[in-house]
Amino acid sequence: MDVSQYLEIFIDETREHLQSLNEQLLILEKEPDNADTINEIFRAAHSLKGMAGTMGYKRMQRLTHDMEDVFSEIRNGKMNVTAELVDILFKGLDALESYLANIQEAADEGTDDNEAIIKALNRILEIGLGKGVENKKEDGQVEAMSISALAEATPDKIKKLTVADHERHAITKAKEIGENVYTITVYISENCILKAARAFLVFKALEELGDVIKSSPEVQDIEDERFDFDFSVILLTKEKIDVVKQAILNVSEVKEVFLESMELIDLPNETVSSSNSNNGNTATATEAAQIKEDTAKANRNGNGNTAAKQNSKPVVNRSVRVDIEKLDVLMNLVSELIIAKNGLVSLNGSESAERHESGFNEQIEYLERVTTNLHESVMKVRMVPIESVVNRFPRMIRDLSKKLNKQMELYMTGEDTELDRTVIDEIGDPLMHLLRNSADHGIESAEERKAAGKSEQGSIYLDAYQDGNNVVIEVKDDGAGINVEKVKQSAINKGVITQEQADTMSEKDAIELLFRPSFSTAEVITDVSGRGVGLDVVKNKIEGLGGDIEARTKLGEGSNFIIRLPLTLAIIQALMIELGNEKYAIPLGSIQTIEDVSYSEIKYVQTKEVINLRGSVIPLIRLEKILDVTPREEKPESLTVVIVAKGDRLAGLVVDNLIGQQEIVIKSIGKYINNNKIIGGATILGDGEVALILDVNTLV
Amino acid sequence: MEEKISVIDGKQYIVVKIGNEQYGIDIQYVDNIVRMQRITRVPKAQSYFKGVINLRGEIIPVMSIRLKFGLEADEFTNSTRIIIIKLESQSAVGVIVDEVKEVVTLNDSDIEKVTHNSKDEKTSYLSGIGKHGDGLISLLNIAGVIIDKEIN
Repeated sequence: MDVSQYLEIFIDETREHLQSLNEQLLILEKEPDNADTINEIFRAAHSLKGMAGTMGYKRMQRLTHDMEDVFSEIRNGKMNVTAELVDILFKGLDALESYLANIQEAADEGTDDNEAIIKALNRILEIGLGKGVENKKEDGQVEAMSISALAEATPDKIKKLTVADHERHAITKAKEIGENVYTITVYISENCILKAARAFLVFKALEELGDVIKSSPEVQDIEDERFDFDFSVILLTKEKIDVVKQAILNVSEVKEVFLESMELIDLPNETVSSSNSNNGNTATATEAAQIKEDTAKANRNGNGNTAAKQNSKPVVNRSVRVDIEKLDVLMNLVSELIIAKNGLVSLNGSESAERHESGFNEQIEYLERVTTNLHESVMKVRMVPIESVVNRFPRMIRDLSKKLNKQMELYMTGEDTELDRTVIDEIGDPLMHLLRNSADHGIESAEERKAAGKSEQGSIYLDAYQDGNNVVIEVKDDGAGINVEKVKQSAINKGVITQEQADTMSEKDAIELLFRPSFSTAEVITDVSGRGVGLDVVKNKIEGLGGDIEARTKLGEGSNFIIRLPLTLAIIQALMIELGNEKYAIPLGSIQTIEDVSYSEIKYVQTKEVINLRGSVIPLIRLEKILDVTPREEKPESLTVVIVAKGDRLAGLVVDNLIGQQEIVIKSIGKYINNNKIIGGATILGDGEVALILDVNTLV
Repeated sequence: MEEKISVIDGKQYIVVKIGNEQYGIDIQYVDNIVRMQRITRVPKAQSYFKGVINLRGEIIPVMSIRLKFGLEADEFTNSTRIIIIKLESQSAVGVIVDEVKEVVTLNDSDIEKVTHNSKDEKTSYLSGIGKHGDGLISLLNIAGVIIDKEIN
């Protein structure tokens, strides 16, 4: 079956299921008895298995199948959730994620069988249910073989079911507590259209009465309608045989039901004999497994061929899921746009010049309104909640907590804060970096924390919120904080700053040092309470997104990294200025005020021009010098200074002339041209002229 | 690229004039030829980049081959053209030429390879010499011209 058209959906949904599994497992780890969570996990694992099976990803299916077995036992209360179990399950999820990554790249799940995880799962299953060594997979094959053999040989209405060890164990247990064990074969009417639905209803009815521990064909196959008109189950129940029968017959379109009480004698109850019989079948089972393997290989080859064609790029396009309402709004706006256009067209035909004029202006205004709304809506379509990035962090912190042997908890707020898709794609790594820093170097060990009078469990906070045209993400911890003196010392040792500079350096500037590239070396990590691991990389990335990052810290109380990001990248409000006869745009977001400064107000500090603006000393930046603009001949009476801010730092940009505020579309100037990052991009003005956008972050 | 030229028969080249010489640009990289237009200077860029232009809403950097080759600066005339080169999708570059003359088809036999002198970067700008009629055409290795070795 060609399933490639479903690949995109498969990947999306698998990702969702994996995410939900991750989240639910985290809850389960804390509340091992939470029945809702267990059910949720079971459902997710089950759908995952079904989906992987349908798509022909055998390895993925097998792994999920084994995980599902474990969940199923937990759900039935036959096993307890242990820390070891959760660890293995998490490993399983990681393995599934890597399958998914492979599939996304090449439409193929790869060749890693993750045998270790599967073995571990089975071992846990055995220990949890207390039974001997067995190979689950082979067992499955054995069942399949013997059932088909029996079905052909005996025309008996009740189909014989072979039981695996753990099922046998469950049956024994049930007998012990006085439950009845029935083998049930249900025949569904042959003109039934939705036999899977009927089967589902039968299962539902049975599950109300007791536990279905086995079915043939497997539940998944039944759900996928991969059975004829009959199926068999083993039911553990306290109810009488008649009650069960009636319950099944209540489901419409069930033709016949045959029940039989299952006796222990039917089962080879000695381990020796059971293992013997298993051995007897092993040969055929392996053969069957071989055949399966071969067909699987053939399938894979088929997939491989299609994958090879588009080898170089991922098989799936990046997509955004859009709320249908947002699309409706867009549609409406587009129809308004058409109306506006028609308005203009009809004006053109009208005769009176006066009416022409006023009508024209009216239409232009209308058009402007529509385009503004259109822009807003398109931006909204591009917006994605930050949740899609941060929801993997609780899991990461949990793993780190285990690995580092420190107690810590991640608290997140504002996951629904929305950011542009491009930003979302890029922001994950920097955030992860910061969180790892906090966990690794910020949070102290339990003993240290106790000694410092803090609670033993460290807290890391990830808060996201919107602030005007920016989105702010804070990564905070209540750990040891950054030792500023050590940072300075290390900077001096590295020759980044001199002793004098260090002495006069403010705490803020010292922390800034952490973001310098030279600080991302290994020695520093150990020297300076561990901070500074690739923070320059984080900073670069965030600045590349048009944002900035700032660190605050208090020794002994923790540190706080504050990231500011623009809401959207593509369109911004900017102030247009003139320098000489060139036009430049300064993003409005970084502008504080615009001042008229007379020459007498310019003071000199260390031969650098500064102004004293309402008590704060602000350095002046002569843009025309930095940008090599041919200066104007006439000297103005006073300077026009645009005060810009980068974090808390201010600077005054001297410009020749202000043009005004304008909404501009940012375009890249290409990768071939080299400009020392002063220019953040370019935009096209109304008259078709190109204006460059100044990157304030590099200027200040 | 040299290999390609020697294998495939009859490649088409756009012949342009820069100074007194004729140069050939492989037509498969040429996206467009536009008239000279207003170029917005980009500060601190490489000296041979004249700036950027707006080509139907796309910002395209424009370089001067003359400056790159160390010739005297361009004089813009009525016949000056910007040839828009696309090496890969999404990133186009314009190169300024004095005049666009014609399109010629050159066979393998018409092309003489040039030997590369690793010391002289300029030789890597050429992929061969084409003979067309009486004239000689220096065939540009356009990737070598556009991509700055210092950057990459």
